[in-house]
Amino acid sequence: MNAPISIEMVMLLAGILFILGIAGVIIRKNIIFMLLSVEIMLNAAGLAFVAAGSRWAQPDGQVMFIFILTMAAAEVSVGLALILRIYHQHKSLDIDKLKEMKG
Amino acid sequence: MKIHQLTYIAYCLKMDIFFYITAFVTLFSTIMVITRHNPVHALLYLVISLLSLSVIFFLLGAPFVALLEIIIYAGAIMVLFIFVIMLLNLGKETAAQEKAWLKPKIWIGPVILSTILLAELVYLITMAQPPSYTLQTVDSKAVAISLFGPYLIGVELAAMLLMAGVVGTAHIGQQKKTVLHRFLKEEEPS
Repeated sequence: MNAPISIEMVMLLAGILFILGIAGVIIRKNIIFMLLSVEIMLNAAGLAFVAAGSRWAQPDGQVMFIFILTMAAAEVSVGLALILRIYHQHKSLDIDKLKEMKG
Repeated sequence: MKIHQLTYIAYCLKMDIFFYITAFVTLFSTIMVITRHNPVHALLYLVISLLSLSVIFFLLGAPFVALLEIIIYAGAIMVLFIFVIMLLNLGKETAAQEKAWLKPKIWIGPVILSTILLAELVYLITMAQPPSYTLQTVDSKAVAISLFGPYLIGVELAAMLLMAGVVGTAHIGQQKKTVLHRFLKEEEPS
């Protein structure tokens, strides 16, 4: 009795998604797009956790996904508030304009 | 007995095809997210990516997490992003600016480097030969028992994290006059 979906494929999907997120963080200059790419990376990590959890039929993977979800929600709210402040002070979302934030 | 086996093989094939179609949708929409110029278009593609990822969670036998993905990610977090984009009034000018920023000369290096990382990941994942197993559904009851049993301290820490997030967001987001450093501020007569 073999599995309907092979876990290697799911792990490959998670890896590709994570790499896409990394590429998005690096190549974009707009802070909103960088935050979106961080979301993609968190999603990929969650997918890997859920896949591993269903591989061994244990609930721990889903529990870790719930923690990742909580962390993503807190991170997004703080990040978006910071983006609003940055836009009000600099009138731009270009990260190169934030060079004055030294250190 | 033979018919039963045949239907099981057909079921496996169907699940496989479902999974590959959904994975293709996920990858395509994610690539569209990181290459769009207009923020709203990127956000809509990200919603599609999250929805297809939740279908994958469902196929993996994790229906509770699939629902959470739709409700919290595609529902709450994406609405936050849309609100911020509406508040900042990002429109055609941002799209034109992004178009100017996103030149092949800029993105070709990082893409090559991350492709190398991806090749390593693919090699490492395909190298292992795992034994066969059965995919079982882990329902929400098992998740809840595990969440409020051994992971109780994690739940409390998550609650503290959310509290800190709310307080921090309220503090950062409140409208104030221009904030000066205390050394730059003029001495006020008290």
